[in-house]
Amino acid sequence: MRPFTYERARSPAEAAAAAARSQGAKFIAGGTNLLDLMKLEIEAPPHLIDVNGLALDTIEATPDGGLRIGALVRNTDLAADGRVRRDYGLLSRALLAGASGQLRNKATTAGNLLQRTRCPYFYDTAQPCNKRQPGSGCGAIGGFSRQHAVVGGSEACIATHPSDMAVAMRALDATVETVKPDGATRSIPIADFHRLPGDTPHIETALAPGELIVAVTLPKPVGGVQLYRKVRDRASYAFALVSVGAIVQPDGSGRVALGGVAHKPWRIEAAEAEMPRGAKAVAAQLLAGANPTPANAFKLPLVERTLGAVLAEAKG
Amino acid sequence: MQNPGDLELTRRGVLMGSAAAVALTTGPFTEPAHAAAKRQEPILSTVSFTVNGKPRRLELDTRTTLLDALRDHLHVTGPKKGCDHGQCGACTVLVAGRRINACLTLAVMHEGDSVTTIEGLGLPDGLHPMQAAFVKHDGYQCGYCTPGQICSAVAVLDEIKAGIPSHASTDLTTPPQATAAELRERMSGNICRCGAYSNIVDAITEVAGRQA
Repeated sequence: MRPFTYERARSPAEAAAAAARSQGAKFIAGGTNLLDLMKLEIEAPPHLIDVNGLALDTIEATPDGGLRIGALVRNTDLAADGRVRRDYGLLSRALLAGASGQLRNKATTAGNLLQRTRCPYFYDTAQPCNKRQPGSGCGAIGGFSRQHAVVGGSEACIATHPSDMAVAMRALDATVETVKPDGATRSIPIADFHRLPGDTPHIETALAPGELIVAVTLPKPVGGVQLYRKVRDRASYAFALVSVGAIVQPDGSGRVALGGVAHKPWRIEAAEAEMPRGAKAVAAQLLAGANPTPANAFKLPLVERTLGAVLAEAKG
Repeated sequence: MQNPGDLELTRRGVLMGSAAAVALTTGPFTEPAHAAAKRQEPILSTVSFTVNGKPRRLELDTRTTLLDALRDHLHVTGPKKGCDHGQCGACTVLVAGRRINACLTLAVMHEGDSVTTIEGLGLPDGLHPMQAAFVKHDGYQCGYCTPGQICSAVAVLDEIKAGIPSHASTDLTTPPQATAAELRERMSGNICRCGAYSNIVDAITEVAGRQA
């Protein structure tokens, strides 16, 4: 790990301002992903701003009947919140499908959104990776790509976003609230928060340098049967090969978002019009334009079959 | 330690192997990282927390993880270093009663915290019920993962008591029970390469029964 200076911020504005003062500084909250990457020197911030003291750790009702989730609410606490379990079951289910109990106790709502890919070529500093070192190439393309993206990738990067929680947030139409170093605040729809890799895979989100997430808000509950099905190489504590988050209404309409298939949580609203016609029709639209490798082409039928299982379970 | 090049090559050679050392020459790091690397001296910070009820104050390199602070600075060696990347759970400790991976958190981030390790749960002349149950059910072979397993197991039963659901919970709205399926899922962050899992489930089940 490279040496770094360390400070504890006392307010969101102070944290954002501190980030603006120090080029390359990083916020640290749970630290479960950042410290892992710092040990491997994939991340090497010269300065860490500890935001754990910012009192952004509550979940509050919003005037329009939704929830405002503080950036520092731990994954365990978010999944266990009574309102989330009752009204946003998809979010609880997705959180509980991710990581381990120890990690969920530290990992935060904002940090979960900002997780970096677990692509093995990103993690191995002896390999080329356009995300880790722009312009160096992509080891995954033509390499071991079983875990990688089948839609939305580019010639520069076929990494996937690792988060389960983000898939639920996408299906639930969450909004990311931030503060910038100059004190300006903004709300970013989750659909616009994560980026596709294009030719700049190292730029993963819509956040500007020093911009701090302060909360994630959910609109009022939409009801329906809410399910999250994650397919992985072992029954627990593994990243998704494919995951399906779905909200299914009694009339068969609903929403679907996928994990494990793209550089961001994957949702195509137009595909949801096909839901009453079944999984095959929905999957065909979700995966239109898919460009799998020979090693991960299995994900296409796996999405359709997992979605089929979810829709069948929703029917009860 | 005086020559910057020696330091980097030594650290990288030891920690990451020769393949990573080759990557040094291709410079995979950003400009700010180079600036930090040029500051060769460790950057120190002080932190105070309690470990197993005892107040401790340390001056540490900011890079020191809680695990290394416990083991190498305080000589509390119950928490073990397995993978050092949050994948194996051997380093599991309780902070304010909640289980975490001590390897994936910085010591300086724990100002004022209360840390409990396996030593704080019980010692040979006064075992915690979970420790006694692991002995009775032979919940280990080599024993390296055991301190983490036991700290995790104690927290798992607290989490079930607190009504925190898991991936194995069939219904999110009813209180979870300490079934074998629940225990297996909740203990998945603790790897045992000897494969003592079934005996570990037996040990935790017995303690859960006593508490019920």
